[in-house]
Amino acid sequence: MFGWTGNTLRINLSNGAVTREATDPKLAKLYIGGRGLGSKIMFEEVDPRVDPLSPENKLIFAAGPFTGTYAPSAGRYMVITKGPLTGTIASSNSGGSFGSELKYAGYDLLIIEGKANKPVYLWINDDQVQIRDAAHIWGKNVPDTTDQLRAETDDEAKVACIGPSGEKLALFACIMNEMHRAAGRSGVGAVMGSKNLKAVVVVGSGKVEVADPGGFKEAVLKARRKIQAHPVAQGLKAYGTDVLVNILNEIGSLPTRNYRDGYYPTADKVGGESLSKNNLLHPKGCFSCIISCGRVSRVTNPKYLGEGEGPEYESAWAFGPDCGIDNLEAATKANYICNEMGLDTITMGATIACAMDMFEDGILTLKETDGIPLRFGNAEGMVEMVRKTAVREGFGDKLALGSYRLAESYGRPEYSMSVKKQETPAYDPRGVQGIGLNYATNNRGGCHVRGYTISVEVLGSPSKMDPHVTEGKANLDIAFQNLTAALDSSGACLFSTFGIGADELAEMLSALTGVPYTTQEFVKAGERIWNLERIWNLKAGFTAKDDTLPERMLKDPIKTGPSKGGVSQLPKMLPEYYELRGWDKEGVPTEGKLEELLLAG
Amino acid sequence: MKKVLMIHADKCTGCRNCELACSFSHEGAFRPRLSRVHAYSWEREGISVPMMCQHCGEAPCVSVCPTGAMHLNEANGLVEWNKNVCTRCKMCTVACPFGNAVCDAASGSIIKCDMCKGDPECVKFCPSEALTYVEDTIAVRTRNKAFAAKFKEAFKEVS
Repeated sequence: MFGWTGNTLRINLSNGAVTREATDPKLAKLYIGGRGLGSKIMFEEVDPRVDPLSPENKLIFAAGPFTGTYAPSAGRYMVITKGPLTGTIASSNSGGSFGSELKYAGYDLLIIEGKANKPVYLWINDDQVQIRDAAHIWGKNVPDTTDQLRAETDDEAKVACIGPSGEKLALFACIMNEMHRAAGRSGVGAVMGSKNLKAVVVVGSGKVEVADPGGFKEAVLKARRKIQAHPVAQGLKAYGTDVLVNILNEIGSLPTRNYRDGYYPTADKVGGESLSKNNLLHPKGCFSCIISCGRVSRVTNPKYLGEGEGPEYESAWAFGPDCGIDNLEAATKANYICNEMGLDTITMGATIACAMDMFEDGILTLKETDGIPLRFGNAEGMVEMVRKTAVREGFGDKLALGSYRLAESYGRPEYSMSVKKQETPAYDPRGVQGIGLNYATNNRGGCHVRGYTISVEVLGSPSKMDPHVTEGKANLDIAFQNLTAALDSSGACLFSTFGIGADELAEMLSALTGVPYTTQEFVKAGERIWNLERIWNLKAGFTAKDDTLPERMLKDPIKTGPSKGGVSQLPKMLPEYYELRGWDKEGVPTEGKLEELLLAG
Repeated sequence: MKKVLMIHADKCTGCRNCELACSFSHEGAFRPRLSRVHAYSWEREGISVPMMCQHCGEAPCVSVCPTGAMHLNEANGLVEWNKNVCTRCKMCTVACPFGNAVCDAASGSIIKCDMCKGDPECVKFCPSEALTYVEDTIAVRTRNKAFAAKFKEAFKEVS
């Protein structure tokens, strides 16, 4: 096959069986790859009601057809599984080189089944596949694990691994690759930990072939020019994603102190401009990336000393304004600890913000918080809580379950700013209406990247809509959700949409694979994937009642700043969203829609 | 005027577009293992360094070649490999002090930069100007002046 390697590797950790299967070309056309193909396999093989941390759950690493080629900023892979934080289907996206290396080793997908009876790691060297003992690296952090595994396999091997947090089943543990890249959200690292799988180590000497080399090169050069000329892509290169702090604060939609407010007067101290001035060493790019939003950074203050990557916008917000903190060094340190120990920064920061909120209101006291006064603004306390959570020590053991379970355990779930138990990120839906609808309807709970309406509502790309109105937002959400589902499946990065869209992606994909995709077919594949995920979630027990936002976002207006007085008007948008999706009033896809998407039966 | 390929490691982001472009152009498929350029990354330090044939004026690979397969083309200043007279003794891969010439065991080809006949693909696809292809005098001055600029900033602070 062209684009796809045509091979899937299946490994059963319970009995040690290693099997190779052909990637089905018909399914590849319909589901593209990555998130789409992975979700289809989950749909066919895993009962949606399964306990996410049981051996019956599966863990799928899936590259897309673009992965391993020079399609611009398109070297990504996805991890697909049932998420332990949400109970929904989860797919988490990561960059770096791991996905490309998997393709060079000869595989589009890697399906992990069962559970090893002791800690193990996988060593994949082209067609040589071994399940190896991992007792000596169990307990090690991500950089040390990576170094050790390279020393005993191949110096240039790509390593995707969990840190101690994944081993200890923190519900928002992530999978890290090349030390700093994360399949971050929805707890995919805990699933890996539950299988006693410490790492997947890959080296490949093979290739990705192209159906129409001349056409592909031409389409890629055209797409590159468009991305490189786009002002947002240029801003990401200069300041990283953290450039968004000031942009969101200026429109009063930067969630502050666990969403008590949407405006933070000193936000600029944690923004990308401050980061570039004080801590940035240089930009870094994922495999095949032409944007390089990654930040290699350093903190020299002895209190928060460290070197690493980050923070991204979401992380700077979660450990910053969401906790009432404007100390960039502390936020960066918290980010470093999460990377080293393998934790999702968004849920980590938002869970601490939730705990701070409960502490301020007297629901939590010093007794629960190990004697640390967890008030908003306590930067040292915040960093200490990250450290405790990473190893599930003291109060950190509770934080490791995420904000919903924390708040619920004190009878106050309303303190958790989450959808389907996953924390919402750094865009306040009271000031940006469309993103609230996306949070509420997202197939993996509170998530921004699966329907990034911010692009239109805030950044004006490719066109501008007023963030405060609800008209047209259902349509906008659906368009972004469908496009992103297709894009995630192709291996492209969301940021490539700053410059290109479905037209360019479909053109490159057709030339690469030799399978003709029209723009409509490409987006239709995205809609198919979105609906498949939806059906899976319905089968897991979710209903329309779960498509909502925390009460605070619906009822408590933003108190200060440019969006003062705003609340989310979700109820105005949701019925229209269901209707435009071709779903009934209970949010269930109609037979007609399923037939249209070839999902019937 | 002769042109030279300049490596600015300080600008390299580690994206490896150079390896992709090189292997696609030479091998017709994306296969970094057979790329003539490699960008190595040290993740702990966050540093990446591209490596490729420097087309030495007095090249060790040329000196050790028993058949003249590896030779200096006086006209364009490039070290070129003539596969027709090569005996695959691989002495060139041993002699290169940088490891910039390797032998592909599968095909028996010597894998080494050929500057794409004067239009290097890696340069075309490098998004950060870590690789540039420029007339040699300007290139040398560019790097020299970039360091001079750092001294200038230091002088400004003390004066």
